[in-house]
This record gives sequence, C-alpha cells and structure tokens, in this order.
Amino acid sequence: MIRLEHVSKNYKTSTRPALDDVSVDMDKGEFVFLIGPSGSGKSTFLRLLLREEVPSKGKLYVNNFDITRMSRRRIPRLRQSIGCVFQDFRLLVNKTVAENVAFALEVIGKPSHTIKKVVPEVLELVGLDGKANRMPNELSGGEQQRVAIARAFVNRPLMLLADEPTGNLDPDTSQDIMLLLERINRTGTTVLMATHDHSIVDSMRRRVVELAFGRVIRDDARGVYGVGR
Amino acid sequence: MRFSFVLSEVLTGLRRNVTMTVAMILTTAISLGLLGGGLLVVRMIDHMRDNFGDEVEVNVYLNKDISGTDKGCTAQPCAGIKSALEQDANVEETRYENQDEAFERFKRVFSGQPELLDLTRKEALPGTFHLKLKNPDRANVIVQTYSNKPGISSVEDQGIFLERFFGVLNGVRNATWVVAAIQAIAALLLISNTIQVSAFTRRTEVGIMRLVGATRWYTQLPFLLEAVVAGLVGAVLAVAGLVGIKGIFVDNVLAEPISAGIIPKIEMLDIFWPVAPILVAVAILISAITGYVTLRLYVRT
Ligand SMILES: Nc1ncnc2c1ncn2[C@@H]1O[C@H](COP(=O)(O)OP(=O)(O)OP(=O)(O)O)[C@@H](O)[C@H]1O
Ligand SMILES: [Mg+2]
Repeated sequence: MIRLEHVSKNYKTSTRPALDDVSVDMDKGEFVFLIGPSGSGKSTFLRLLLREEVPSKGKLYVNNFDITRMSRRRIPRLRQSIGCVFQDFRLLVNKTVAENVAFALEVIGKPSHTIKKVVPEVLELVGLDGKANRMPNELSGGEQQRVAIARAFVNRPLMLLADEPTGNLDPDTSQDIMLLLERINRTGTTVLMATHDHSIVDSMRRRVVELAFGRVIRDDARGVYGVGR
Repeated sequence: MRFSFVLSEVLTGLRRNVTMTVAMILTTAISLGLLGGGLLVVRMIDHMRDNFGDEVEVNVYLNKDISGTDKGCTAQPCAGIKSALEQDANVEETRYENQDEAFERFKRVFSGQPELLDLTRKEALPGTFHLKLKNPDRANVIVQTYSNKPGISSVEDQGIFLERFFGVLNGVRNATWVVAAIQAIAALLLISNTIQVSAFTRRTEVGIMRLVGATRWYTQLPFLLEAVVAGLVGAVLAVAGLVGIKGIFVDNVLAEPISAGIIPKIEMLDIFWPVAPILVAVAILISAITGYVTLRLYVRT
C-alpha cells in the first residue's frame, strides 16, 4: 500500500534534509499516526506520497504506483486513489457544501448521474445531510472539516491522508472528527494522519510513526504520543 | 470530458476580469484587422496582375502634327512606322488608335469627372500604336528603338508604371504588416498576462483539482480556451471592421479608379474568402500557442 525504501528529501533552498533515509511500510486498512515536532518532515512525507514532491533519494511505492519512476501523465490516476484533508479545510467559498463535494467528481470527469447519487450518500456518511445547500461560511469549523472529508472520500480512495485535520478544532469537535476517520478506516480505507495532538493519539492507541529531524525515531504498533517525555 | 464544466469555467474566467478581456480582444482585433488589410492589398495586386498581366502594352505616341492630320495613317511617316512595328520581331500585335478614337476612350474612362472632360481638348490626345509584345521583358528594346524616330513623340512602357504602382502597394502592405506585428506583440503580452491573472485568481480551485486527480485537460483547458475564445472574438471583430472600412471608406474614396477599371474593386467575397478564415486560423493558433507557453512557463501543473 505504502512503501518507502531509504527515502530522503532535500529541498533546494534548505541545507538540512526534510526527510533523511526513511524506510516505512504501511498495509491496506491500517490507521497510522505520523507525529513529531514542527519541522520534523510530516507534511513533506505526505507530499511525497501525493507526488507533490519527488524524493531526492530512495524508492517509494503508493497504491502500486512506483512514485520515483512514474510519468507525469499518470499522476492524476495516483491522486484519484488518494483522498486528502488539511488543517485549513480548503473549501471553495463560493460553492455550497454539495457543490464542493461534487466538484471533486466533476473535475475528474464523473458522469452527472453518478454525482447526483453519491454526493448525498457521502454527506450522510459524514453527518451533514440537511446541510447540503449551506455555504462554507455558514458552517462551524468541525462541519467544514466534515465537508472536506466528504470531498476527500467521495471517490472512494484507497487511502486517506490527513495533515493535522484537527489542528483548528476544539477537543470535542476533534473527537467527532476522529470518530469519522475511524469510521472511514473501517470501510477498509488506509488512514494516515499527521498530528500534534497528544490526547487523540493517546486515546486511540493506533500505530504511531514518530519523526525527528526527518528521521523515523519510533514505530509502535499501538503507540502513545510521548513515551517518557 | 465534461464540456459544460469547462465552458462555464471559461465564461466565468472571461467575466471575472472584464477590463483585461476587453483590452485583450481589442488589441487582437486591431492586429488581425491590419493583417487582413495587408492580405487584401496582396489580393488587389494579384487581381491587377491577372487583369493586366498579358495586356501590358507599350504605347507609341505620334507627334501632334501626325495625330491631327493623318488619322488613317496612310501617309509617311506614319505608314512607315506602322509597317516597321508590324514587322518587328518583338511585337506580337499592333493596334492603331487615332485621335478621335483616343478621345472617345478618354470620355468613357473619365465619364465620372466632367471637369476633367471640359478641360481636355481632343487635339491634346495623340494618335497611338498599342503594341502587345511577344515577351514583355523586351519592352525597353522597343522603347530605345522607336523613341527617336521621326513622327514619334514618345514611347511608353505601361509595365513600368504598373510595377511602380505595385511597388507603392507593396510598401503599404509592408507598413500595415509591421504595425500589425507590433500590435500582435502587445496582444501576446496581454493574453499571457490575462492567463496568469486568471490562474492566480483561480489558484484555490486549481489546487483542489490537482489534489483530487484532475488531468491537465481540466486544470488547464479553461485557461487555454479563455485565450482562444478572446482570440476568436478578436478575429470576428477584425473581419467586421474590414467589412465596415471597405463599405464606408474604400468603396467611396476609390470609386472612380475602380469604375474606370484601373483598380479592381475589393469584393465582399475577398474578405470572407480567404481573408476571414486566415484571420480566424491565425487568431486560434497564436492565442493557443501563447496560452500553452504561458501555462508551461508560469503556471504549475
Ligand atoms: N517547500 C519547501 N522548501 C524548502 N524547505 C521546505 C519546504 N517545505 C518544507 N521545508 C522544510 O522541510 C522541513 C520539514 O518541513 P515539513 O513541513 O515537512 O514539517 P512538518 O513536520 O510538517 O512541520 P509542522 O508540524 O510545523 O507542519 C522544515 O525544515 C521545512 O523548513
Ligand atoms: Mg506540516
């Protein structure tokens, strides 16, 4: 599903590698937390999986795509197999909830009868039925993140990448979002979530991969945020 | 491919920045209009070459004395000149036009200008031998051989005048094209700039499109089409402008030389075929290439 073999990433403008000789395997259906202090390389890790960036060294496989050797023409196929959510939601402010979700399908050429069918389904899954015609600025932060998750999941991706999805939310709302991500994980979707949130990681007891200065310093099958620190 | 999606993106894109779109369209239209004007001049020269081509004549003008007295060309030296011309190896055909006939033709050609007719006496017009040459390039030989013969006032090679006139027209054409090229540069920069602004305003959308796996068709085609649509509208305006200028300006100003058959009329048909399709093709090609290059250089895929 995800396999990194001695992957390093050097940004041109930076002297220190953002990722340094990282080797990790993640299987289908896993739920993995990616933790580490600010600047440790979590977002870089996720960007490599999306091929927003290319590794400077090493081999990288995602959903059977050989990221280091694939042609640019195949990138859309890769990304269609991955859903993403971010701390800042990234919704289109001039579109309704339903339109935001539909947008993700329109731009990959899905027929409109499919869109009409699956958008209400996924809105119900994330608990937003009844709010389909609201604008994003008429929603709470938690609800906006649900829209973003619906948009990421509507095409039934093989994996969901979340870069600090609860970073802008209060603890209760964060808990709701985590329940939603667990629900999505139970459908067989791999979930990889970068986070700073101690309590979430500690309460879920899932696999934890910890980065520091671009290196993997810990990989626990049922980990907590900070052992002995 | 969902065309309705791409189309609505294009229209919102063009509406979003109306001032820039208008500037882009007008500059493109002016550039294309000038290009079209130059093409029409080329058409005109071609028509004239066709019309006059084989008929370019060398005219041998008789002097006043003979023109006035020997209208039948029976006495010397007129008869001698006539037989010499008819036997000249370079001459294919000799046609004699006496003063009366010359005046009749003059009246016909300038029927639209009574003032000129009033001013011109028949006696001012010379009797003329109109020569058709086997090889028009030998015209200067004829001019040299006959210019100083007794009874001849002058020998005139029409081809030289025609070529001079063509030279002027070619100059006009070149000048139009130079201005067209300068305008085209302005149009290119505007198109490129509009696309960049458009891509910047839509960066959130495009970012999401890229993340969810939209192909380049979806992320970039709207920008490309924005440029092409603007180019097309520019081409249509340019054609409309040419039709307008032809109808209001050229037809009136050049009415007389046109009706006299000296300058061929620019037909509507000349504008619609082949000039209009050429302008449309140029517009599409240039805006598409500019758009493509801009996207390649400035907009992340
Ligand atoms: N586009 C970039 N160009 C140059 N350097 C970058 C770029 N993106 C990230 N970096 C550098 O790479 C390192 C890792 O950054 P990254 O964003 O992956 O960290 P992070 O773990 O996500 O941090 P945070 O928790 O603050 O989001 C940092 O030192 C950062 O300065
Ligand atoms: Mg980050």
